[in-house]
Amino acid sequence: MKVVKGLYYSNDHEWVKVEGDEAYIGISDYAQEHLGDIVYVELPEVDDELEKEDAFSAVESVKAAADVYLPVGGKVVAVNEALEDDPALLNSDPYENWIIKIQLADKAELEDLMSSEDYEKFLAEEV
Amino acid sequence: MYPYIPNTPLDEQEMLKAIGLESVDQLFEDIPKDIHLDKPLNIPESKSELEVSTYLKSLAEKNCTLSELTSFLGAGAYDHYIPSIVDAIISRSEFYTSYTPYQPEISQGTLQYIFEFQTLICKLTGMDVANASLYDGGTAVTEAALMACATSKKDEIIVSTGVNPESRQILKTYAHAQNLKVVEVDIKDGVTDIEALENMVSDNTAAVIVQNPNFFGIIEDLKTLGEVAHKGKKTSFIASVNPISLGLLKTPSELGVDIVVGEGQPFGIPLSFGGPYLGFMATKKEYMRKLPGRIVGETTDLDGKRSYVLTLSAREQHIRREKATSNICSNQGLNALAATVYMVTLGKDGLREVATQCAKKAHYAYEQLTKSGKYKPLFDKPFFMEFVLESHKDADELNKELRNENIVGGYNVSKDYPQYKNAVLYAVTEKRTKSEIDKLASVLEGMK
Repeated sequence: MKVVKGLYYSNDHEWVKVEGDEAYIGISDYAQEHLGDIVYVELPEVDDELEKEDAFSAVESVKAAADVYLPVGGKVVAVNEALEDDPALLNSDPYENWIIKIQLADKAELEDLMSSEDYEKFLAEEV
Repeated sequence: MYPYIPNTPLDEQEMLKAIGLESVDQLFEDIPKDIHLDKPLNIPESKSELEVSTYLKSLAEKNCTLSELTSFLGAGAYDHYIPSIVDAIISRSEFYTSYTPYQPEISQGTLQYIFEFQTLICKLTGMDVANASLYDGGTAVTEAALMACATSKKDEIIVSTGVNPESRQILKTYAHAQNLKVVEVDIKDGVTDIEALENMVSDNTAAVIVQNPNFFGIIEDLKTLGEVAHKGKKTSFIASVNPISLGLLKTPSELGVDIVVGEGQPFGIPLSFGGPYLGFMATKKEYMRKLPGRIVGETTDLDGKRSYVLTLSAREQHIRREKATSNICSNQGLNALAATVYMVTLGKDGLREVATQCAKKAHYAYEQLTKSGKYKPLFDKPFFMEFVLESHKDADELNKELRNENIVGGYNVSKDYPQYKNAVLYAVTEKRTKSEIDKLASVLEGMK
């Protein structure tokens, strides 16, 4: 199970990559592995204002569908449209293929998330 | 021993012995004595098959049927001709006893005809994708509105009062339960008031719903209405259409409709005292993930053979039920099959012929009924196969007199639209003959 260093992680297996006041958000290797072959990713709209814990996307695989929750609140500034044509990108490289990019509303919210080391421990307990 | 329970007393004894019991009562000892039923059920004695069929026949004979009456009643359900092939096909037990096609390996026949149904509905409406059908036209209107709310994440629905009153009632019932807001836009001169609609559509509008032809039989200007509806951000334009009319009118997709729904009863389904009927729904590709109900897709099996499966079910009821657009987990399979057989039997030219005859006969009736000036048209607008006439007396009274002549009159419009007193909505299908229409005209003319 791949865990990339330097990202923030949530209990729901989302990752956050911070760049200044903005952040990319995606799902972890563990999440894509458990979903199986991903066939559809529902994306929010640019400019949507979302709060922490809001479901901002739904990922459908051949066997399940899961909501993706926002680890930190903010305004959507970009969505990864490549996922509309090729949802399986989330399977092939979940860390390279982000789902949305947001303008962070409150950087303090990041402190509630796990570091990559914490997340690895968290996964070890999950399995 | 009871009829229909095949176990003999000997069978019972053997079964009891196998599980180490003496009597059936012992088997049910766990049930407290005080709730045991200690007397026979309070229902009549059983009857023989002959007695039952005689009794049911006597009940059925109390009904009037259209085999002895001539009907000019429409308002959402129509007396169209049903080719005999429809009943022949849907009476095959493989079809009428089949269950939900959850297991594709044993349901290929059912899945294939649903796929054909979807294909034909798409061709008919010009849309990209259709579902396996819904309960009826009213449910389809409502489900389309819910889909529009789900895709736009908004909660205001604007519906024209030119939409069938029953459909609007169903819509309001659902909306109430789901905390959605339904606003009605009135009609003006028999069609949806475009100016009023312009003032109502906003960025909070999830959907604008109209009917075409509308409840009064009049052709709505879908193109313009759609343009007005689309002034709202992410607002869906929904049209409930009479499928027969598509034999003559432009397809809804050409006119800017996003979701097309309708009542499929005119397609080979008998009136049957109001049901079961058939709702259909077709939409654009971008709505596909939110389309309620079942969708059948075509694929290939391991050996590369063409096969059919229920597809795109993740957005449906099986998982994440609380997120589903709809909680209806069924479709009208047998009626969808009837409609499918009807469509392929008639073909494009046949459907155009039916639609043309309906329109021509309705216009002939309109001329005959309004000739003397005793009955006045309520609206002066192009109509398809239904029209409203105002008369000198109450519609129910008028219809009572028509019944004495074995004629089922039109629909009493004032029941749903109190502002139109003594107004009757007449429907004329391809089944009506010149002499039947002439008789209606002369009976009406002779009324005091």
